[in-house]
Amino acid sequence: MQREGYVPPTAGGSGAGAGSSRPGGGYGDAPRQTSMKYLCADCGKSVTLNKADPIRCKECGFRILYKERTKRMVQFEAR
Amino acid sequence: MAPSKEELERRRIVGVELERVSNVTSTDFPGHYPGEDHSWDLNDFKKRFKIDIHRANDLHYEFDLIGVDASVANAFRRILISEVPTLAIETVFVHNNTSIVQDEVLAQRLGLVPLRGDKKGFQQLRWRKKSPDEPTAEATDFNTVVMTLKVACTRNHATPATETDPSKLYFNSSVYARDLKFAPQGRQSSWFSGAGEIRPVNPDILLAKLRPGQEIDLEIHCVLGIGQDHAKFSPVATASYRLLPSIKIKQPITGGDAQKFVNCFPKGVAEIQKDKKTGEDTAVVVNPRKDTVSREVLRHDEFKGKVELGRIRDHFIFSIESTGMYNSDELFLQAVQILKKKCTDFQEKLMEC
Repeated sequence: MQREGYVPPTAGGSGAGAGSSRPGGGYGDAPRQTSMKYLCADCGKSVTLNKADPIRCKECGFRILYKERTKRMVQFEAR
Repeated sequence: MAPSKEELERRRIVGVELERVSNVTSTDFPGHYPGEDHSWDLNDFKKRFKIDIHRANDLHYEFDLIGVDASVANAFRRILISEVPTLAIETVFVHNNTSIVQDEVLAQRLGLVPLRGDKKGFQQLRWRKKSPDEPTAEATDFNTVVMTLKVACTRNHATPATETDPSKLYFNSSVYARDLKFAPQGRQSSWFSGAGEIRPVNPDILLAKLRPGQEIDLEIHCVLGIGQDHAKFSPVATASYRLLPSIKIKQPITGGDAQKFVNCFPKGVAEIQKDKKTGEDTAVVVNPRKDTVSREVLRHDEFKGKVELGRIRDHFIFSIESTGMYNSDELFLQAVQILKKKCTDFQEKLMEC
């Protein structure tokens, strides 16, 4: 079977290209957000970036941005 | 044939000698001494058994348990440490934690925080059993207590630029146990209300440190458990006992030796008194309870054969330090109840056979 190559996501979902033909679907089936929130590594402000935006803090111009921690709940045993 | 007084006294004492401990095992059981009846007798026990309370604080209880066997005293100690149920944090659901303390470390730390609340309310709580078929039983208001911890650190702009103290520079720079908030479920709001609300015993336990932009957001489930399962469920900081020391002076110790004798013990154990007959300075033992049984006297030749150290076999100085969920005196009563229940359960099982 041919390995699927990288297909850049297209706005409005169904971005996984060859992957979407699989039964059960892939990551591409989830509605895709067009903007993402990051944290500036320098000033700590929250930065919202769109797809084509340069990776750069809008407040201070710093070029290193961090991803936010997942909002998914994680369970731990207190032991 | 009844044993002589000296023989009874000899049996009562565990000898502490220079390099060994003698006469260790108790011998008051049937069949050990020919012609003596040592079968257990309630009236005899009532006559010998005694409890003296020496210190009674909410958190520290010290009393003498006199006239029981070491096995019974040890059973109480072990039950106190590992079988009296208490409430402790068991599961932590992390919604967000951007502090430097890792999730699993924070969860473990939270688990060790002692909790307290209305004692009558605790009687409503039931075990949350884990069966092998299901991962966990369903959580209800009868078996799970929910708490939340939601703290975010922000910068305090009102401080001058020269300020270096993080507690003034930032809001919520430290997360303390008092930030744990009780979230009553169902009927819990009536069981644990007002002053009986479930809260940490010590509100000043530092849980994590934060800097601006960092945040902790947790949901915490507490369950009943016993110390056998995990030390966090143990209701006591320590429960321990020691035997009452006995110091016997066989020949009078006088003059300069008397001062040396007194100096061999901790303060308050022995003192110098004027002998009524001879008027000489003589060493007398005042309070052997304060002795640490360091055996210092046995090292000096001038006291050879004049003093005998030992411990009284059936005199237990019991000390219970509570972590705060229950008062320390209640803890001992609970331990007694648990031992009693074990005995009746055992008896029932025997009857079935």
